[in-house]
Amino acid sequence: MSSRIFAIGLGSTPKRVLPGFGLSLGISLTFVSLMLLLPMTGLFGQLAGLSLAEYWAIVTNERVVASYVVTIGAAAVAAVVNAAFGLLLAWVLVRYTFPGKRLLDALMDLPFALPTAVAGITLATLYSSNGWMGQLLEPLGLQVAYTWVGIALAMSFTSIPFVVRTVQPVLEDMPNEMDEAALTLGASDFTGFRRVILPHLWPALVTGTGLAFVRSLGEFGAIIFIAGNMPYETEITALMIFVRLQEYDYAGASAIASVVLFVSLALLLAINVWQGRFIKRLHGGHG
Amino acid sequence: MQRIGDGIAVRRLLIGAAVVLAALFLLLPLVAIFAQAFARGIDVFWANVTNHYTLAAIQLTLFIAVLTIPVCLVFGVALAWLVTRFRFPGRRILQTLIDIPFAVSPVVAGLVYLLLYGRTGWLGSWLDGHDIQLMFAWPGILLVTIFVTCPFVARELIPLMQAQGSREEEAAVTLGAPGWTIFRRVTLPNIRWALLYGVILTNARAVGEFGAVSVVSGAIRGQTNTLPLHLEQLYQDYNTVGAFASASLLALIALLTLVAKAGLEWRAARREVHP
Amino acid sequence: MRLPSLRRTLIAAALGLGLAAPAMAAEREILNSSYDIARELFAAINPEFRNHWQAEHGEQIGIQQSHGGSSAQARAILQGLRADVVTYNQVTDVQVLADAGLVAEDWQEKLPNNASPYYSTTAFLVRKDNPKGIESWDDLVREDVRMVFPNPKTSGNGRYTYLAAWGFAQQQFDGDEEQIHDFMRTFLRNVAVFDTGGRGATTSFIERGLGDVLISFESEVNNIRQEYGTDDYEVIVPPVSILAEFPVAVVEPNAERNGNLDLAQAYLEYLYSEEAQRQLAGFNYRVHHETVVEEFADQFPETELLLVEDIAGSWEEAMETHFGSGGLLDQLQRRR
Repeated sequence: MSSRIFAIGLGSTPKRVLPGFGLSLGISLTFVSLMLLLPMTGLFGQLAGLSLAEYWAIVTNERVVASYVVTIGAAAVAAVVNAAFGLLLAWVLVRYTFPGKRLLDALMDLPFALPTAVAGITLATLYSSNGWMGQLLEPLGLQVAYTWVGIALAMSFTSIPFVVRTVQPVLEDMPNEMDEAALTLGASDFTGFRRVILPHLWPALVTGTGLAFVRSLGEFGAIIFIAGNMPYETEITALMIFVRLQEYDYAGASAIASVVLFVSLALLLAINVWQGRFIKRLHGGHG
Repeated sequence: MQRIGDGIAVRRLLIGAAVVLAALFLLLPLVAIFAQAFARGIDVFWANVTNHYTLAAIQLTLFIAVLTIPVCLVFGVALAWLVTRFRFPGRRILQTLIDIPFAVSPVVAGLVYLLLYGRTGWLGSWLDGHDIQLMFAWPGILLVTIFVTCPFVARELIPLMQAQGSREEEAAVTLGAPGWTIFRRVTLPNIRWALLYGVILTNARAVGEFGAVSVVSGAIRGQTNTLPLHLEQLYQDYNTVGAFASASLLALIALLTLVAKAGLEWRAARREVHP
Repeated sequence: MRLPSLRRTLIAAALGLGLAAPAMAAEREILNSSYDIARELFAAINPEFRNHWQAEHGEQIGIQQSHGGSSAQARAILQGLRADVVTYNQVTDVQVLADAGLVAEDWQEKLPNNASPYYSTTAFLVRKDNPKGIESWDDLVREDVRMVFPNPKTSGNGRYTYLAAWGFAQQQFDGDEEQIHDFMRTFLRNVAVFDTGGRGATTSFIERGLGDVLISFESEVNNIRQEYGTDDYEVIVPPVSILAEFPVAVVEPNAERNGNLDLAQAYLEYLYSEEAQRQLAGFNYRVHHETVVEEFADQFPETELLLVEDIAGSWEEAMETHFGSGGLLDQLQRRR
């Protein structure tokens, strides 16, 4: 791969000299409209049956608001932990060779392949006070299962592949010349990493972390088994949606789901816009 | 050649930290799953795996994954090409829209499909009139699986293709290469790993999806039960060994895709050595 | 351990990848949409019914099963799942189908005993030798007792537990609302975890060792005890509890469309037969057939069974005043 042209500095405005605009636009728009937007009309169809006051009452219900706090707090903690842990894993997997590397690589996708309920049950088994991990942690005063720590743990488990697998390709693609340049200039490992590598990884890392956060907001199966689901303390928003569905209250479920949807999309849009700016700045002058 | 973080102390520290954390965080749950699957001996495990309903569930799950991957692949590549190689109004919006599946709780995703294509949905009632049933049959399961997994390929490709820029392809255009050749010869080699990760994630998520599928499947044993649904039923009905045996199969499917990836890596490495 | 008799089991249509091809099924097939913990129950009953039908009519038939949370199951039928019969553990979930015109309006009169071929009640599972001495509902509000039962918000099982406690308090305090509310508040505060379903609650109680008592259907606590050790756990049936019906009904438009009306009706009627009732009793459900009731008399202690209608008026009212958003349950759980 080192034979490739040095890629940095190439984000300059494409002048549509490349072919395939029509084809890729056609495929993308067709797919997005049929698979993503059309079903979403169902969600908004449900919302249309609510008056603004009703909608507001549902989404600001005391217990639902408490669930936002729990969910967002735990998801934020999980995302930050995943950013650090995921970066470490991606780095180790790309940069080093060591025995067991393939196994480690394989483990990364496990959280996606396991149905979330299995993940939840297994984590609860391990981290409850009579589980393998719980027995170790409880004497240290850290109770994981049935607290918000458990919720964050389950979120972190189910969303770690987002960070690892988003950072990994970018890191793999990074030319060696970048390292060399930094090191010949006499920078230390840490400075070199911070000044040269991190800026290059930054968009991918932020994307991965953002996706992990968003995924955590909607996660249900993995969390309910370890959360304890006590009102106002460890109830997550996805549970509130689930309760409405059990009551055949599709409109209520859709209303709460729409809040999660808007928050998530706003965050992701912000990341996308920031990313565009960041890359332009990184590639400076050419933009 | 010296690279950042190649010092022996740094390397050992980082590898050590990664391995220990991953062992505790990811390997331990896997071990616990296998421990439960084999809790009553290999015979009971085997009887559960070769049970008629388990086999039917495995077939359906793989069938859905095999159909999902190409769809996601075509869409993902097209979308990534579009948003990283061209500028047009609404580009960021489009790029954000593909994240809808991540932003929607899977159960809600299943529900919106159900409300659209189900008996009372506006499209569904028309289909019902023509005796076409999408929901509670494999087409419904396929639809929601595609919905849940479609962003992965695009999401893997976009950051990479952004970082790479398009100068290479532009150079190829000026040399007069036709579109498909450029894609095959220039773009594809540059993005192949990201593409592969996208496929691996798509596959993992497709076989493991529960929430959305549970809403549209109807859970008919031996017919519309995917492996995660089958597992859930066994667990609910106190067949813990059977449930975890199914879970271990899902873990194995995920590991197998990684074996496939290792094979591809090996072939690629060989080709680079002997061009 | 209960081993499923799946080997000699139902004819299934899934061969190869021809998943949508019941073309090879020349024989008639009915689909039974059922609740999530009835898998082994129907795996045992279905082959018997097939033999029964073949003996009587000389026709080979197939029975397909679908299992899940019963309101999710009802939702699937509302949206077009073509099940011929439903066998649920929640009256409300059949009523939803009746309200949508998929089940006869008078479905509860179509079959004996309110169309509930078997029933159960809410009972307690305690640890060996009952260390906390739990015998009835008022023991559950003691300071030193922690209990596990599924969330009434997400589980019908949990709703029965809540209503049974409510019914007990009504008796105890002669209908004095303030005292009932106080009782229920304490009751709900003594919950260790709120799992979303019966299975999760069992895991919390058995495998995580949480709480002093697990509350669930009598049938389920007996099955759990048999599964996890008759020596380690005891079943307590409180002197006052609630009647939990397991309603069944034919989904008429579907059965008609599938040409299965006679078969579907016969299948549900078969559940009242002596053989089926014996099998049901073997799964720890209470039944109606007199011979079978006598045979299993030891297994089911006598207890006063309150009706949901007496406790809360009707299921509809219970859902609205107790369990709906902002209802009594929400108020009792409000943080102060």
